[in-house]
Amino acid sequence: MTNESAQEEWRQLFDAAPIRPGTFATMSGIPLAPVYGPSSAEFPGVYPYTRGVHASMYRTKLWTMRMFAGFGTATDTNIRFREIIRAGGTGLSTAFDMPTLLGLDSDDPMSLGEVGRCGVAIDSLADVRDLFAGIDLGTITTSMTINSPAAVMLALFVAQAEESGVTRDQLGGTLQNDILKEYQAQKEFVFPPRQSMRLVRDTIAFTAAEMPKWNSISVSGYHIREAGSTAAEELAFTLANGFAYVELARQAGLEVDAVAPRLSFFFNAHIDFFEEIAKYRAARRLWAKWMKDHYNARDPKSWQLRFHTQTAGVSLTAQQPEINIARTAIEALAGVLGGTQSLHTNSMDEALALPSEKAARIALRTQQIIASETNVVNVADPLGGSWFVEELTDEMEREAEVIFAQIAKMGEGSMLEGCIRGIEENWFQGRISDSAYELERSFNSGERVVVGVNAFQEGNDEDDLATLRITNADEHKQLARLSQVRADRDDDQVRTAIERLTREAGDPELNLMPALIDAAKAYVTVGEMMSALADVFGRHVEVPSL
Amino acid sequence: MNVRVLVAKVGLDGHDRGIKVVARLLRDAGMEVVYTGLFQTPESVAAAAIQEDVDVVGLSMLSGAHMTLAPLVVEALRQRGSEIPVVLGGIVPPQDLEELRELGVTAVFGPGASAAEIVTTIAGIVSHSL
Repeated sequence: MTNESAQEEWRQLFDAAPIRPGTFATMSGIPLAPVYGPSSAEFPGVYPYTRGVHASMYRTKLWTMRMFAGFGTATDTNIRFREIIRAGGTGLSTAFDMPTLLGLDSDDPMSLGEVGRCGVAIDSLADVRDLFAGIDLGTITTSMTINSPAAVMLALFVAQAEESGVTRDQLGGTLQNDILKEYQAQKEFVFPPRQSMRLVRDTIAFTAAEMPKWNSISVSGYHIREAGSTAAEELAFTLANGFAYVELARQAGLEVDAVAPRLSFFFNAHIDFFEEIAKYRAARRLWAKWMKDHYNARDPKSWQLRFHTQTAGVSLTAQQPEINIARTAIEALAGVLGGTQSLHTNSMDEALALPSEKAARIALRTQQIIASETNVVNVADPLGGSWFVEELTDEMEREAEVIFAQIAKMGEGSMLEGCIRGIEENWFQGRISDSAYELERSFNSGERVVVGVNAFQEGNDEDDLATLRITNADEHKQLARLSQVRADRDDDQVRTAIERLTREAGDPELNLMPALIDAAKAYVTVGEMMSALADVFGRHVEVPSL
Repeated sequence: MNVRVLVAKVGLDGHDRGIKVVARLLRDAGMEVVYTGLFQTPESVAAAAIQEDVDVVGLSMLSGAHMTLAPLVVEALRQRGSEIPVVLGGIVPPQDLEELRELGVTAVFGPGASAAEIVTTIAGIVSHSL
């Protein structure tokens, strides 16, 4: 065994790491080591990274407090973004409305009633400009939660940055761009799976070549779990999707070490505290092993699974909404003890509406309490070595390997093919809805208790929480903005850009990003770009199944 | 009595966990359930409800578009001369309940509704309208 050298390797990495100012002792003055465990243990910062991707973990840098926000028009959301930054948020994450997520303009007939409702409405470059007005994109990293139109949104973002004098190579941030889990769980798809994967390939290749600070995909288990999967399914489906993207990039001629370090992950923090922590630990170990052994990655950065965490929206209750603050705090703590790199905490009112400003501030304060008051940040992987947590970590790993084998079998050895066939055959969707149904039955039978729902209901009628109201006025404002853009732009330029896009979409060898960026600069709208692509790619229709 | 229910997702909202779970729970309660899939329009739901001769239409909406879309489904049914009652479940804030009822939505199940409540209410609506 090489455990002696694991401890030695950790020591060298730790000694080389910058340490943030602070006292690393308990409240009563007992000094704390950066990590605990016998020399035979695994160590953080050392392969297979079960205990964390960094040797010094939160002693160097706390997690990014990245609050997800977006509603109404770009101007409305810009105000909320600045509010988050003023309150101490250290990263931004953009929530788009349903029409934008599905690549439709605000004036599309299908968009009626949905504009600006559950995210910000973005139709063109003009909206992206207003969204980030007055925000220094050089110091704040930006995450954009969008999938089917991810390539289009990346093009708009690059166009906006270049217009304001920021070059591509300076841009830091993350595009969710995880289309596989859309078919499996979140269901915001436009094109058929294989055509969508071409766009993912194009964004991977483009960012690898031109945007060194950009994370091309945030491989997301969050939505898989929210759709009803178990923790092990969330873990396994997500990592399998990650393997699929690595295989996709290899097909496009990219080395695994050029791609894997730019993949980040996004997991749910549900209410079963220890199971979640075990899930994060197993995720790191599995990714490291698969990258090294199956995909022959040689750069340690390829082995290191970095992840964002969001507390579980589905665990929140409409009854006695204030008690959701407690649920979210416990879930957030699991994310931190599990070694997350960034965290979004849900607001207490999210079973009812988009968060009010006050509810969002309390959610951020919850993270700040964990970071500043509890002292849990002083020691890396504080639960490592617990017989219970170690065994649960091993069990998560075993369950995930069983699921990997099933997916590989569907793909005849290829995880990429297995993921796509699993989608086409409704395998993922069926497993997720079976798990959701089983869980619901355990709530209905009373086998599982949800406070305020099937137990402890006193106080349920005292609900007078002020929630955020989004009126039709926002929709009208956005429609006016869009018609102004259409009136002001050069129609010849628009036509030329769309013709080029359609032509290049027909040639699968070409990378579509340059054509998309040109279209963005010509004020071609999101809906027009997506519709031009759909003319070539077709549209996906899910076969309804219960 | 054989109760037939059409459950439907109208508009752009892809959240289908709730509708699938509720559909199975209704089946467990002995009802026949038809599901037409994602991204339906008010017109397509009304046409399917009439063609399938259902007793109730159940909509599931979690994207905040319910104030616009749920009344449009009611309207599309009435325009076709159908009196099939429409119920709604999802993320519906309590402030919206009264207006939804005025606009013809027979019952609303908020985010805290139990399976028993949904089954009992639908059975009650059907026996009432027969």
